[in-house]
Amino acid sequence: MEQHANSSKVKIIAFGIAAEKMKTNIMYADGIHDIRSLRSWLATQYPALKDLNLSIAINKKIVQESVDISIPENAEIALLPPFSGG
Amino acid sequence: MMQRFERQINLRGFGVEGQRRLMQSSALIVGVGGLGCPALLYLAAAGVKRIGIADGDIVSMSNLNRQVLFGIGDNHKKKTETAAIFIREKYDDVQIDEYSFYLDVSNSLDIISQYDIVLDCTDNFSVRYMVNDACLLLNKPVIYGAIYEYEGQVSVFNIQNTDGCSYNYRDLFPDPPDSSQIPNCNETGVLGVLPGIIGTMQAAETIKILSGIGTSLSGKVLYYNIEYQQFYDMDIIKSAIGSCKAPQNMDEFCNHDYSLSCSVTKSIDWNEAKKIYNEKPDQTIYIDVRELDEFPKVSAIECLILPMSLLPDECYRLSEASNLLIFCRSGIRSEKAAQMLQSKFPQKSIYSIKGGVLSKLSPIYS
Repeated sequence: MEQHANSSKVKIIAFGIAAEKMKTNIMYADGIHDIRSLRSWLATQYPALKDLNLSIAINKKIVQESVDISIPENAEIALLPPFSGG
Repeated sequence: MMQRFERQINLRGFGVEGQRRLMQSSALIVGVGGLGCPALLYLAAAGVKRIGIADGDIVSMSNLNRQVLFGIGDNHKKKTETAAIFIREKYDDVQIDEYSFYLDVSNSLDIISQYDIVLDCTDNFSVRYMVNDACLLLNKPVIYGAIYEYEGQVSVFNIQNTDGCSYNYRDLFPDPPDSSQIPNCNETGVLGVLPGIIGTMQAAETIKILSGIGTSLSGKVLYYNIEYQQFYDMDIIKSAIGSCKAPQNMDEFCNHDYSLSCSVTKSIDWNEAKKIYNEKPDQTIYIDVRELDEFPKVSAIECLILPMSLLPDECYRLSEASNLLIFCRSGIRSEKAAQMLQSKFPQKSIYSIKGGVLSKLSPIYS
């Protein structure tokens, strides 16, 4: 089962300053099956995101900040920073 | 008279009833900048009966690419006054209420409670959270818009969606970010049409809700990217953390320090101020923002006397100096003045002196 979960592939879409810091707005990642593994993947791949205040959406639904929320295979994840400008 | 609104009255679903509702409605626009200008123009054109506009800022030349109610001849004029003149000249059937100051915890509940709906067209997190929390307490609908470089966000808060739930900004982002993370558009670039589009979407949501047509963005946040012409919308869910972070009653609201939670200015004491002054005396000025009738006067240091009430009109006098050391009686007004000036002059180093002239370190004791 663990093997199966680790093979999970997801699409990640980044907005605003998150995309700027990642230098791309769309990427794909393997082995992400919950918010915990997403956070850890992001911290390793994109340390510049460390202090950013990001909300996360899974398949276009914003999720609560609980690390145990599972992420289904082929999910589309959005990284949402707040915008302040006007 | 109704001929002015003929083309929307003829619209399926809108009708005389929709127009009648608009003409009995009031809206408050907080921030008359890139978002507030187009929003104001369309609300007035549509015939909203009474529109309040709140902004303590003055027009500067770098505003003009996006703040389309202002022109080259309006440099240094008050934004609220200039916008009000523009709208009144076009639509004398619309009442414009001017609030030519920044909303804060002491005045926002009173002002917001006088309107049916609030448009958050501000440009900083401090006021966004304050407006959100005030409207949450007053159960006032908020039409939210914000931009960052080529992207914008729009949503509608405190209005029940089809599932009977309502949401607010703290469901999206429970806490203000550290201000160092997200620069505002006085610092980053912005294509003028982006706030034009987002502000116009805010006007559209406002008109829909006030006239009772369509389905609002309640329960959703819409992201828009002008660089690639893309939209992306997501469902919001209730945040337990967000609910705890908002003030639970009016007293808590009035005592909540929004400036500190996402302040962009630095507070320093008199000794630190002196050090900064001594390093670059020719580029640094002390500014006393107390009113002219306040005592004791400070004579031990050279300072510019620029009362808080005159600051919006006269802040252009500060364009030469690169370091501003601001003080007042106790350090509260200087904090506000520093924030206001920082948004006006993002390149300057602006400091508020802690404790003001009442501080033990103040030059009145030297």
